[in-house]
Amino acid sequence: MRLAVLGAGAVGSSVAELAGEYGHTVVALADSSTAAVDADGIDTERALSAKAAGAGLGDADPENALAAEYDALVEATPTTLGDAQPGFDHVATALERDRHVVLANKGPAAERYAELRALAAASAGRVRFEATVGGAIPVLSTLSDLGPERVEAVRGVLNGTANFVLSRMAAEGLDYEHVLAEAQDLGVAEADPTFDVEGTDAALKGVILSNRLSEARVDDSDGLEAATTSLDEADVQGITGLPPNALELAAEDGQTVRLIAEATADTVRVGPRLVPENGTLAVSGTRNIVELETAHAGRLAISGRGAGGDATATAVLSDVNRL
Amino acid sequence: MQPDVTPADDADPVEEPADEENVETDGGRGDPQVHTIQLELPDEPGRLLAALQPVADNGGNLLSVVHERGERTPRGRIPVAIDLECPPERFDGILEGLRETGVTVVTADAEAYADELVVVLVGHLVDTGLSGTLQRLREHAGATVADVTLSAPDADAPEGPSAARLHLRTRAGGAEQTLEAVRSVAEEKELTVVEPLGGV
Repeated sequence: MRLAVLGAGAVGSSVAELAGEYGHTVVALADSSTAAVDADGIDTERALSAKAAGAGLGDADPENALAAEYDALVEATPTTLGDAQPGFDHVATALERDRHVVLANKGPAAERYAELRALAAASAGRVRFEATVGGAIPVLSTLSDLGPERVEAVRGVLNGTANFVLSRMAAEGLDYEHVLAEAQDLGVAEADPTFDVEGTDAALKGVILSNRLSEARVDDSDGLEAATTSLDEADVQGITGLPPNALELAAEDGQTVRLIAEATADTVRVGPRLVPENGTLAVSGTRNIVELETAHAGRLAISGRGAGGDATATAVLSDVNRL
Repeated sequence: MQPDVTPADDADPVEEPADEENVETDGGRGDPQVHTIQLELPDEPGRLLAALQPVADNGGNLLSVVHERGERTPRGRIPVAIDLECPPERFDGILEGLRETGVTVVTADAEAYADELVVVLVGHLVDTGLSGTLQRLREHAGATVADVTLSAPDADAPEGPSAARLHLRTRAGGAEQTLEAVRSVAEEKELTVVEPLGGV
């Protein structure tokens, strides 16, 4: 399959690098200012080293990447809040051209879900977005396999940065600022970690899960518009400033604290919660875990790498293979 | 084995509460109501008498005591059922008094304190009045506060938040109501609540 990859950050560049191994050809790779476009397949290595050297990916305009002859568009530009732009317009353009879309960008699926579905319904192209929730963990495809109408709730640890901070604090008795600085040194936390530690990132993933659950419970697209949950409707609390003694008190009771996202068809909630120290959800480090509450089969848990270029690219390329 | 039933008619008159502020010869303001409390006692001499004292001390009038020595609870203790009457505002004090004596209250008026809920509160717990916070929970959360552990801020950050772990016993199915009350008190006092994840 011919792929156009928009976004050349950790995920976009990993997708471009790994696509060949999956039997796909990258015909375009773009960041916000430059692009490499070649109908016969771009030289990914050259484009990425040129970008690393500060010369840009290639001579083409990013608009040319969007207009290139591809079968599937991989949207891996940064997630933006509110109108999910420019990601949403990229998706719309591809679908209007009857091309498939695979999202790594959470924005369109979290914030404009009903519009996204309506565009896909009117297109010969399809939309997939496995990579938007839980990185490499096949959350959404498992949900589809089970049938989202038979899944009552999904919950879990969906942000590796917050989980790293909490598990280090609990294990070492260190304070929040200390561990956060350490996480930034290790590249686990970004220079501005607000999105992760305030719970916004986990909430966006929770919103996407909730939208999948509500979609299975409505009859038509009008119903979907009303049934979707937005980030504003989510109940979100972060882990900023949580003192180490709160974790010590929890530990004395055989428990620990994790930033847990919970989604049902109607609600999304993110916040620090007490979980059994040796329980399923108490994963450590940057690991993520998702637990699905099924109607007939109890709980099903899947854990793995929730972030990182190659891990997320794996989910993107699995989606491409499902098209 | 027949239960050993003590009829109320033989019971000694209730002593007046020792606390002077609570002295009310008519036993309180509201009409007395009858309550049934199930207790568990260790099989040791003197335990029954010690367990009944808080009822009298807090202005309750014992109606009957069913002390089934031949029975054992799953925890190996002896089940005791008490009927008593007291004004409504005295009942919580009686339960509190029983617990302070170390007696396990299994049910009060057939409402089992079945679920135990653990929450951690974070914030300026002392400055915002921890005892008042606990009082609010007792009054509005439909729960008893079974245990409180307070952890002060680190010595090198005395201005930092403190944390408290609360064990709350709620009636069966009452956990959500209790959590609502915890959230509302916490919001008012600008405390962070680390709630348990339900159903784990």
